[in-house]
Amino acid sequence: MYDIAKYEEAYTVEEAIALLQANPQAVIISGGSDVLIKLHEGQLPDAQLISIHGIPELKGIKLEAGQTIAIGAGTSFSQISRSDIIQQHLPVLGEAVSMVGGPQIRNIGTIGGNVCNGVTSADSAATLFALNAKLRIQGSNTERLVAIHDFYQGPGKVDLAHGEILTAILITKENYEGYNGHYIKYAMRNAMDIATLGCTAVGKFINNQVTDFRLALGVAGPTPLRCYKTEEIAKGRLVDQTLLAEIGKTAITEVNPRTSWRASKEFRLQLVEELSKRAFLEAYRKAGGEVK
Amino acid sequence: MMTRRIVFTVNRQEHMLEVDVRESLLDVLRDRLDLTGVKKGCSVGECGACTVLIDGEPFDSCIYLAVWADGKQIRTVEGEAKDGKLSKVQAAFLEANAVQCGFCTPGLVMTTTALTESDHSYTKQEIKKELSGHMCRCTGYHNIIKAAEKALQDKGEQDHDCCGKCHQ
Repeated sequence: MYDIAKYEEAYTVEEAIALLQANPQAVIISGGSDVLIKLHEGQLPDAQLISIHGIPELKGIKLEAGQTIAIGAGTSFSQISRSDIIQQHLPVLGEAVSMVGGPQIRNIGTIGGNVCNGVTSADSAATLFALNAKLRIQGSNTERLVAIHDFYQGPGKVDLAHGEILTAILITKENYEGYNGHYIKYAMRNAMDIATLGCTAVGKFINNQVTDFRLALGVAGPTPLRCYKTEEIAKGRLVDQTLLAEIGKTAITEVNPRTSWRASKEFRLQLVEELSKRAFLEAYRKAGGEVK
Repeated sequence: MMTRRIVFTVNRQEHMLEVDVRESLLDVLRDRLDLTGVKKGCSVGECGACTVLIDGEPFDSCIYLAVWADGKQIRTVEGEAKDGKLSKVQAAFLEANAVQCGFCTPGLVMTTTALTESDHSYTKQEIKKELSGHMCRCTGYHNIIKAAEKALQDKGEQDHDCCGKCHQ
């Protein structure tokens, strides 16, 4: 049995916020594929849980005003990959979250939980960084929007106060329309593994010219990050081998990976250089481009 | 001890149970309903041995709180054979010699069953991806994939005893 001292269920976001405010020790559980593992490993003794698992308003994907895509924080990875809206407008995100864990984990794990854990290896994170995602956060009588790169404050640390709930992840039309993207997860196994490095390239191309480019990486630093210098170098350029080489070489100057038991810093740097090029090239290919 | 009353359907039979909020669905299925075909492996959602279908989708029952099962339709391997006749998926596992020690088999049968009941058709590569949340300590993957391919090949041919719809 799990070491749960107290368990309460919320059926609306308001209820969840009220329950959180009433109990400073409370921890939110959504899908449970991270929280229950922590409980199992003894990292949350005498846990006081507030379940947001059954809140209907947190689930699902819809198009809001101005065709902004709103992904409910409680939407599972499988639901995202299968969503018509995602497949039509944001296939790169559907592909990225289909690399999380395995099928059973993707049926229970939620994108909101993935983001709120604040870990650099989250498979959704690099792609959400590349899409300039915004997070809708609900407090008691307040609602605020935070850019995803401001939300991640450090390893496991996010801009979410006790008593606040992440309700939705928003991607505006100008951040997805006309873009092609590609996510590469480098791991030791094809499933049930944590990324050694994650890399998302998102770009806009006219003929073989780069009109916009965004490069985001996971596990290349304490939080997911963007390579702004690399992006600037590519903008306006023609896609050729010289540009590809420059992308790889510049990307490694913008990251700060560490040595862990999974991989050394040196190996991760090599991955940053190589995967940045490959992800860029694949995004370009998806846009119909070919490299001479 | 904190308990909650849940009403759920397990293998077409409705149950009303008072469950401890600390219990996983796996605990309840094994210890309260004696459905020991649901195997307890890693307890952290990595091995897939405890996979059951919840409203038709495969989940690791070890990391699913029992209270969440309220109102849900659960299927375990015990409910798959009907009137002494194996389900199409079970028969395919038998024919392909896909069972060695058998510990991973119930979970794999359930995930494969979900695939046969979906309206998608799967390539071999996709089958591998769909079964990737299961570990076989005997490493008998080759025959497991063959069994799943066989079960999915016959997808068009309706099973006389069960078309899957009756489980909904």
